[in-house]
Amino acid sequence: MLAVFVLVHLATVIYAVRNGLSAAEILGRTRGNLGWAAFYALFVAAVAVHAPIGLRSVLSETFDWRGRGLELTVLATGIALALFGFRAVYAVFV
Amino acid sequence: MAASPKLTVSVWRGMESGRFQAFEVPRLESQTVLDVVTYIQRHLDPTLAYRFACRVGMCGSCAMTVNGQARWTCRTHVDKVAAHDRLEVAPLHNLPVVRDLVTDMSPFFDKWARAHGRFRGTRTREDDFARVPPDAPQRLLADAAIECIGCGVCYSSCDIVAWNPDYLGPAALNRAWTLVNDVRDGGNRERLAAIAGDAGCHACHTLMSCTERCPKQLSPTASIAGLKRAAMVAALKGGI
Amino acid sequence: MKSGFRARNHPAYWAFIVHRASGVLLALFLPLHFWALGRALQGEAGLETFLRWSDQPLVKLAETVLVLLLAAHLAGGVRLLMLEFLAWRDWQKSLLAAAAGVTLAAGLIFLLNLV
Repeated sequence: MLAVFVLVHLATVIYAVRNGLSAAEILGRTRGNLGWAAFYALFVAAVAVHAPIGLRSVLSETFDWRGRGLELTVLATGIALALFGFRAVYAVFV
Repeated sequence: MAASPKLTVSVWRGMESGRFQAFEVPRLESQTVLDVVTYIQRHLDPTLAYRFACRVGMCGSCAMTVNGQARWTCRTHVDKVAAHDRLEVAPLHNLPVVRDLVTDMSPFFDKWARAHGRFRGTRTREDDFARVPPDAPQRLLADAAIECIGCGVCYSSCDIVAWNPDYLGPAALNRAWTLVNDVRDGGNRERLAAIAGDAGCHACHTLMSCTERCPKQLSPTASIAGLKRAAMVAALKGGI
Repeated sequence: MKSGFRARNHPAYWAFIVHRASGVLLALFLPLHFWALGRALQGEAGLETFLRWSDQPLVKLAETVLVLLLAAHLAGGVRLLMLEFLAWRDWQKSLLAAAAGVTLAAGLIFLLNLV
C-alpha cells in the first residue's frame, strides 16, 4: 500500500517540478482539494507507522538499544511524525 | 603450476582475545585448507586446536573462517582462496571460541531445539507407513531445504545473529521449515509459535549472507521467507 | 568473533545497506519536509519564501538525492516483498538489478525535469 503512495508521490513530485515550483501553483492545486488531502493524510498515516518500525530495527540492531526506553521512543516518534504530517497536509489544504 | 612452493598462513591462536600466528606451509597440488591446518598441527605446532572428522564434506565439523569468509575447510581448495599465496584461518564468527580454530557449537544447536527442530510424529508403530508422494508440493519444499548438515557456516555469516544474540539463526529456522512441510509432523502449532517471535523468522532482513555462503547451496533465506508467510497465515487465522 | 567486510561483500548485502541508509535518511528528512509545507499556515508568502530559497543549485542537487533515496527505498522494498511473498525463484540478482534500474531512472527523470 505504501508502495502505491510512494509511486504516486514520486510521479507528482516529478510532474510538479517541471516548470519550477511556486507557492501559488502548489496551493492553487491543493487548497480545498479533498481527494488530494485524503490521499496525503493516508500517506502520512502509513509513513508514521512504517518509519518507527524501521527505526526500531536500526536502533536495536546497530546501536544495541533494547527495552522499554526504545519502545517508548519509537512510539513517540511515530505519533510526532503523524501529528506533524497532518499539520503539513492541513497547512496546504486550508 | 606457477604457484610458489610456499604458502604463508595466518592462524588464529587463543580464545576470544588472541592473535594471528604466521606459518610457512609447503604448497602442494590439490591442497585443501584442511590439509594446510593439519600440516601445521602435525609438523609445525602440535598445540594447534582444530576440529574435523570426515574430510569429505559430510559431517560439517571443519567449518572455519578462511580469508574472512566461513567455509568448509575440507572442501575448499587453496587454489580457490589463496590470493598471492596467503591464507588467513580463523574460528567461525558468532560463536564462542574454545581455543584456536575450535568454536563452541552449543548455542547454535540449542537454537535448533528452541526452534522445535525435532520431528514430532503422530503415528505409532502399530500404524501403517505414511505415504508421501515424491512430487507432492510440500515434499518438494522440504526436499529443497533438507540437505543441511549443521556445519554452522550460515550462522557464522549471519549479521542478525551478531546484532540480536537471541535470533534463532538461518540453520535452525531452515530446519523448522522442513518440518513445517512434513505432513507426518504434528508439532506445527507450537513450532510456528516458537519461530514467530522477535528472535524468530521476522527478525531476518533478507541480507542473504546465509544463502550466499551455504556450502550445500541451500537457501535458508527462502526457508525463512516461507516461515514468515506460514507464521503470518497462522496469526491471521488465530492459530498462534 | 565478529565478521568483517569480506564476509559481507555480496550484492544482497549492498542492497540491504542501501535500503537501511536510505530509510534512515528519509526518516530524518521527513520533519524538515513537514515543516516546509507547514509554512503555508502563514499564508502563500511563507511557502513562497521557502521555495525561492530552494531554487539554489545546491538545494536542487540535494532534492535529487532525496528523490534517489526515496526511489531506492521504494524499489528495494518492493524487491523484498517479491522475494518473501511470491514463490521463491532464483531471480534474486535480476530483481536487484531491476530495483537499481528503477531507482536510477526515477532520479534521472527528476533531474531532467528539474533543470
